[in-house]
Amino acid sequence: MADPNKVDPIHQFAITDVFSTGEGGFAFTNSALFMVLTVGLIIIYLVGSTAGRRLIPGRAQVVSELLYEFVANMVRGAAGTEGMKFFPFVFSLFMFVLIANMFGMIPFFFTVTSHIIITFALAMLVFLVVIAYGFYRNGFKFLKLFVPAGVPAYVLPIVVPIEVVSFLSRPISLSVRLFANILAGHITLKVFAGFIVSLGSLGALGFLGASLPLIMTVAITALEFLVAALQAYVFAVLTSMYINDAIHPSH
Amino acid sequence: MEAEAAKFIGAGIAAIGMAGAAMGVGNIFGSFLSGALRNPSAAQSQFGNLIFGFAVTEALGIFSFLIALLLLFAV
Repeated sequence: MADPNKVDPIHQFAITDVFSTGEGGFAFTNSALFMVLTVGLIIIYLVGSTAGRRLIPGRAQVVSELLYEFVANMVRGAAGTEGMKFFPFVFSLFMFVLIANMFGMIPFFFTVTSHIIITFALAMLVFLVVIAYGFYRNGFKFLKLFVPAGVPAYVLPIVVPIEVVSFLSRPISLSVRLFANILAGHITLKVFAGFIVSLGSLGALGFLGASLPLIMTVAITALEFLVAALQAYVFAVLTSMYINDAIHPSH
Repeated sequence: MEAEAAKFIGAGIAAIGMAGAAMGVGNIFGSFLSGALRNPSAAQSQFGNLIFGFAVTEALGIFSFLIALLLLFAV
């Protein structure tokens, strides 16, 4: 699929070394570079804009306060006042996924969240935090999560395994949702962009025909910006709901 | 049948799965609209739930798209 006449949407996801100490040594890849850039931008922006601590906020501080309030309301709504303990965790996840997705929309930048290992690491972190805090706070009563209230005893042998499986599938669905959305979006963009080039190379009529994939590419780029923000929101909301399950383990 | 041909056929079949997700997403927005038309003042407060429901339903369609892409490009 590396034929230059064919559309090759997969090459954009290749991991390359930015800086390496040789075979089998330490390698700083483009994925690591963009993760560092993401975290660096988040820290510089949030710390820099709120350093003045003005009572009447300037524009930069307003944006930081908006982000803070948005995530705080979401966590409080989903997990309650006790769930606010996890607000820094959910806020960090939200900002990381949001800025990493947005960085991917810039041309020639690498999309960190388009690799399953990154999103799987984030989702497993959420999953382990939920299990650890659930057992720490509730002891073995945490296992009541798998026994929904008001279920007659003879149905339990069917319901409990189903509940266990659906609980264990949470990190998978959380990670694959983000990964597949971002991967599919970027591949679609690349494929449509390839259509513009291949139609445009057909001469004068091709130029006219190439305007159709061009319009689609613009539309899909807009959709991708929406999806980038939406997936960050959904990741954070689901994390808050799972933390709520850890705090109050009965359905 | 060679592996290449089977991959393309498999990708085509996998893409059919998006029909279910499409019906689900339409259902969500349709219910939101019909609820919002009955009770417009409560509609704005449920916007968060709307977006969340849309995202988790769309995820399943994207999963089937992912299988199609994996078959085309990664296997």
